[in-house]
Amino acid sequence: MVHCYKLGGLNIVLDICSGSVHVVDDVVYDVIEAYESYPKEEIISAMLEKYASDETVTREELEGCFEDIEALKGEGKLFSPDNFESMAGKLKEKSAGVVKALCLHIAHTCNLNCSYCFASQGKYHGDRALMSFEVGKRALDFLVENSKGRHNLEVDFFGGEPLMNFDVVKELVAYARSIEKEAGKNFRFTLTTNGVLIDDDVIDFANRECSNVVLSLDGRKEVHDRYRVDYAGNGSWEKIVPKFQKLVEARGGKDYYMRGTFTHANPDFLKDIEKMLELGFNELSMEPVVAAEGDPSALTREDLPIVLDQYEKLAELMLKRHREGKPFTFYHYMIDLKGGPCIYKRISGCGSGTEYMAVTPWGDLYPCHQFVGEEKFKLGNVWDGVTNHEAQCDFASCNVYSRPECRDCWARLYCSGGCAANAYHSTGSVRGVYKYGCELFKKRMECAIMLEVAKTLDEEEN
Amino acid sequence: MKRIKTLDTKNLCETAKNGGCGECQTSCQSACKTSCGIANQQCENKK
Repeated sequence: MVHCYKLGGLNIVLDICSGSVHVVDDVVYDVIEAYESYPKEEIISAMLEKYASDETVTREELEGCFEDIEALKGEGKLFSPDNFESMAGKLKEKSAGVVKALCLHIAHTCNLNCSYCFASQGKYHGDRALMSFEVGKRALDFLVENSKGRHNLEVDFFGGEPLMNFDVVKELVAYARSIEKEAGKNFRFTLTTNGVLIDDDVIDFANRECSNVVLSLDGRKEVHDRYRVDYAGNGSWEKIVPKFQKLVEARGGKDYYMRGTFTHANPDFLKDIEKMLELGFNELSMEPVVAAEGDPSALTREDLPIVLDQYEKLAELMLKRHREGKPFTFYHYMIDLKGGPCIYKRISGCGSGTEYMAVTPWGDLYPCHQFVGEEKFKLGNVWDGVTNHEAQCDFASCNVYSRPECRDCWARLYCSGGCAANAYHSTGSVRGVYKYGCELFKKRMECAIMLEVAKTLDEEEN
Repeated sequence: MKRIKTLDTKNLCETAKNGGCGECQTSCQSACKTSCGIANQQCENKK
């Protein structure tokens, strides 16, 4: 399968199953698009007619294009077949029972009252609670015990607002550091925070212990303060921005994400990205809101073309800034064409419910943070391990080939079948497909690859 | 090939031989938390 698209003045051809990326001129672009649907002679005649005014397009030249295409096909770089289906379950089979990442819900409470919060202001539709050290310690032991041969273990301190239980966060990190060497493990901690409680102590801790920090900022003050308010209704932008700036500066400007959410109220989110840049932040992420259809914050069909256009304009801005020596990172446009994930990872799905789980303040296990509070998805707890094997089985069998809609999609080896939570919330099944999200994802991949192509061409010119 | 330029990319078919070590980052952990994409993951296979 190939995917051909034009963006940023470039004609790009992706060979999906080999991962090859080609940049072609208009003639070859047209030939490749027609290649599998029409006989060679018919394509040549059509090209001679279409490019009649171009004297370089002769029959001999077109024969040469066909030879080049055949050569790439022979090298496995064009029209390569999908021979991966039999491998789809293998990574999960190989890693059956292995847990390597936990999202610790250290606080099911929050000091902000954002109405668009998928976690219902940190409560996850349940009671407010803080995780005790004992529960957290047991969760870390559970992770070590179930990680088998995995060396790198990931733990995200999440909420609600994790800094509302900061003492326990610090104690848990100290505990993990005390056991990791003997256990032969390397803990990678991350912290996701709204910033309200950031102080020098938090900054020191985060910069010493966390491989990444995720900082919630929606961009423009008026956009951020529309949703991100305290319980008295006051916006939080003025309070948190200086704290984020201090933390990021102390961090050397790296290993963080300024993470925003855009909603129906700001589908023109590029302005929010520009605001983040203006504030001095360069590692950025902007996520579409997760909201039920009909919710006032939910993105609509009418928003879709605006959002897609914003993604293209964002790519243009990134390329411009890159060429000016002022680059910035956008999480969803990070793609390493030479060193990205292997085919097993690409077809196996996100790992939720198998290698990745969320732990509630009470020690219950869920397939991921977005399923917390949905009782039927409760997998077990950190003392007894996974006991709801039926629910886990649904997640273990999720992969690119388990979703019929993904089989013919060119983006399937970039998204790995998509987010199970988004699928469940939009279709009622973890094996469904959140089509709106697919539209956004495909555009993001086209932009990300275009950026890589443009940068490569720039490098070769200079 | 004067009308085609092929970028230097990782051959996915080749990764079937030594891939699947599982050391790479979990997909949405520590970053977006609300969507899945694996293209931005780094391979951590040391083999």
